[in-house]
Amino acid sequence: MAVPPPEHPDFLWRNPEPKSSYDVVIVGGGGHGLTTAYYLAAHHGITNVAVVERGWLAGGNMARNTAIIRSNYLWDESAAIYEQSLKLWEQLPEELDYDFLFSQRGVLNLAHTLGDVRESRRRVEANRLNGVDAEWLSPEEVQDVCPIINTGDDIRYPIMGATYQPRAGIAKHDHVAWALARRCDELGVDLIQNCEVTGFLKDGNRVVGVETTQGRIHAGKVGLAAAGHSSQVAEMAGVRLPIQSHPLQALVSELFEPVHPTVVMSNHVHVYVSQAHKGELVLGAGIDQYVGYGQRGGFHVIEDQMAAAVELFPMFGRAHVLRTWGGVVDTTLDASPIISKTPVDQLYVNCGWGTGGFKGTPASGMTFAHTIAHDEPHPLNVPFSLERFETGFLIDEHGAAGVAH
Amino acid sequence: MMLIPCPHCGPRNETEFAYGGQAHVSHPEDPHALDDAAWARYLFYRENPKGLFAERWVHSAGCRRWFNAVRNTVTYEVQSVEPIGPRPPGGRPAESTTSEGGHA
Ligand SMILES: Cc1cc2nc3c(=O)[nH]c(=O)nc-3n(C[C@H](O)[C@H](O)[C@H](O)COP(=O)(O)OP(=O)(O)OC[C@H]3O[C@@H](n4cnc5c(N)ncnc54)[C@H](O)[C@@H]3O)c2cc1C
Ligand SMILES: [Zn+2]
Repeated sequence: MAVPPPEHPDFLWRNPEPKSSYDVVIVGGGGHGLTTAYYLAAHHGITNVAVVERGWLAGGNMARNTAIIRSNYLWDESAAIYEQSLKLWEQLPEELDYDFLFSQRGVLNLAHTLGDVRESRRRVEANRLNGVDAEWLSPEEVQDVCPIINTGDDIRYPIMGATYQPRAGIAKHDHVAWALARRCDELGVDLIQNCEVTGFLKDGNRVVGVETTQGRIHAGKVGLAAAGHSSQVAEMAGVRLPIQSHPLQALVSELFEPVHPTVVMSNHVHVYVSQAHKGELVLGAGIDQYVGYGQRGGFHVIEDQMAAAVELFPMFGRAHVLRTWGGVVDTTLDASPIISKTPVDQLYVNCGWGTGGFKGTPASGMTFAHTIAHDEPHPLNVPFSLERFETGFLIDEHGAAGVAH
Repeated sequence: MMLIPCPHCGPRNETEFAYGGQAHVSHPEDPHALDDAAWARYLFYRENPKGLFAERWVHSAGCRRWFNAVRNTVTYEVQSVEPIGPRPPGGRPAESTTSEGGHA
């Protein structure tokens, strides 16, 4: 049988009332807000911190994603930050003393066209130069890694090969959030749920606090990590962001014996599949095309991804969809995140992770905490500034990130 | 699946349409007069409202014509549609959703 998840105590953190003032207030209690608070407290000695969350911790995208972790991005800037993130994933279970089922089972990114093949081989070479583990596999080698995949030419888009990153994998996303929340709490961070930020307190061009549904909270610095709602929150502070929010859906099947040993992703036929520890098949697709905050998308998107999945994995034809859901993802035009200072003093923003920010959670928090603590970006997030949209130094990751996650 | 009322053909399935993002973003009359910040605004910054949104759609699998719609981005309900034109649809001025943030 598949491995049962570990047992948990009833409470992993306090639920404190907000204090009247903090050194740092983080807006958003998803993965990125939590890691930011963790790195502020554990690595910068800043423990007078609150994370304020509109709903419940990890009720946004953090526990809605398909939990894929990899670092095989094309450009140097992305490879550096995502590879740092992967290295942090490799040490976080021990550092947080919490087994959140991080499983380095590898990822196959399939190629179905000559264009895919060229892009993939180029990305493998770029990855290697950046110290990211990457290989190009023939269809036969793909079959060796994942025996249940159809590498025949009897499908609409036969597999012409794949890139393979053995160190990639998945983790149990809700447990990651709990691991971080527990450690943040131990370090003195206040995690405040049901607390929506409704406005900002400013003194001239400097932010000095937030208005919330639980009252006014003064803050030396404020960091925004509100994912799909980043533009709404930033706008209240007078900052515009180049973000479009879209629905992104995923689904799971009923539980099965372990049959799928790795993670398979295909940009071309728009599907990605892994099998969670409990045994369910986890599938995701591309975003719905329109701007949307409904946390739901069109069923035709699910139909398309299922059709692709069944072609690639004929044995999945008899599986059932148990549950579908959606999140709200914050996309940028270059498919890269923004971890940056803003035009408002002491206000910082971390957003734009779009469809692929779960894997970035550790490095996001690490670099954002550094940016907040020093009022200067960490070398890894210098390129991910808001200014890049003006200077033109975009980091176009549509090949590696546009559809994939 | 949304049912989108094409102003030329009537209500059709969402799968017949392609999305064009925010409506009424016009090309700057004198691009050379724009500094980098203003050009970035034109290229990369779009409204992203939670609520009513004036946006463009094209009926690609039907009449193949572009039109404007006002849609609620939370309920996904299409409130009104009108053929492409200079006036923001639904009587909602495009500027009303534009906050002039201090992004320099
Ligand atoms: C279906 C789906 C599949 C995905 N698959 C993957 C994947 O396989 N791999 C991968 O790397 N990434 C994936 N992602 C993307 C990833 O989940 C996100 O990029 C990431 O979770 C975003 O950061 P977060 O965890 O901090 O966001 P969230 O968990 O959304 O946190 C933001 C929080 O801010 C809160 N908030 C918003 N407004 C306010 C306010 N005014 N006041 C207070 N709080 C507020 C929200 O309630 C929310 O809890 C997927 C996303 C989705 C939706
Ligand atoms: Zn039509």
